[in-house]
Amino acid sequence: MITDINRETLLTLIEQGAQVVDVLPEGEFMASHIPGAINIPLKNLNSEATSTLTRAKPVVVY
Amino acid sequence: MSPRAACQLEQLGFTQVYDYVLGLADWKAAGRPTDGTETSVQRVAEATRPDVPTCDPGESIESVWIRTETAGWDECLVIECDGLVVGRLRGEAWTKNRELLAGDVMEFGPTTVRADSLLAPLVERMQKRNTETVTVTTPQGHLIGVLIRQEAEQLLSGRTPEQIWADCDGCPGQWRLVENP
Repeated sequence: MITDINRETLLTLIEQGAQVVDVLPEGEFMASHIPGAINIPLKNLNSEATSTLTRAKPVVVY
Repeated sequence: MSPRAACQLEQLGFTQVYDYVLGLADWKAAGRPTDGTETSVQRVAEATRPDVPTCDPGESIESVWIRTETAGWDECLVIECDGLVVGRLRGEAWTKNRELLAGDVMEFGPTTVRADSLLAPLVERMQKRNTETVTVTTPQGHLIGVLIRQEAEQLLSGRTPEQIWADCDGCPGQWRLVENP
């Protein structure tokens, strides 16, 4: 189930160890992103690209 | 874009998927720090101090003035609903009957700016309009702090935050520790 969240919930999830994924193109990610976020552009979002993510932890996308 | 990404992650078997719908724009507008090459550009957030006095519309001018003056300010922001900026007290407001309430004499809806706005153009506009301070809020109108033009000018001229905000404990970085509603 996908849950829409706001900034406050995001901060709480980050404190709890959530993985933050920026799905914007690499160029936009390099220019500016949330500290600690990893970049997996939407077009590359497949099982191989997400293999570095821990399935037991929450994943937040933006 | 992020709803599609969230959906795709779920299809890949992830069970705890969250979508930060408002994304980076909301993050920046709230004055939160970012990483990346763009961070070298100075933003309003970097010159915003959080220690501006605040008051409730139902407080008397007398008590608000005492608290404001004691804090070394001549401006107080009137807030409601967990930090929503509804007005401002300054200048002439302090000359009114001290038994009146803040909500009776405040300037309604002061001009606000977003924390992720570029600092230099804002300071330029403030100089042209001879504006000394401006209120910084989230896009939803919740208070982040106040930008004082003189301090922002010093920052733009190359002075370090430590030199400018020696009188403010942790300013301007302190705002980063304050959770805005």
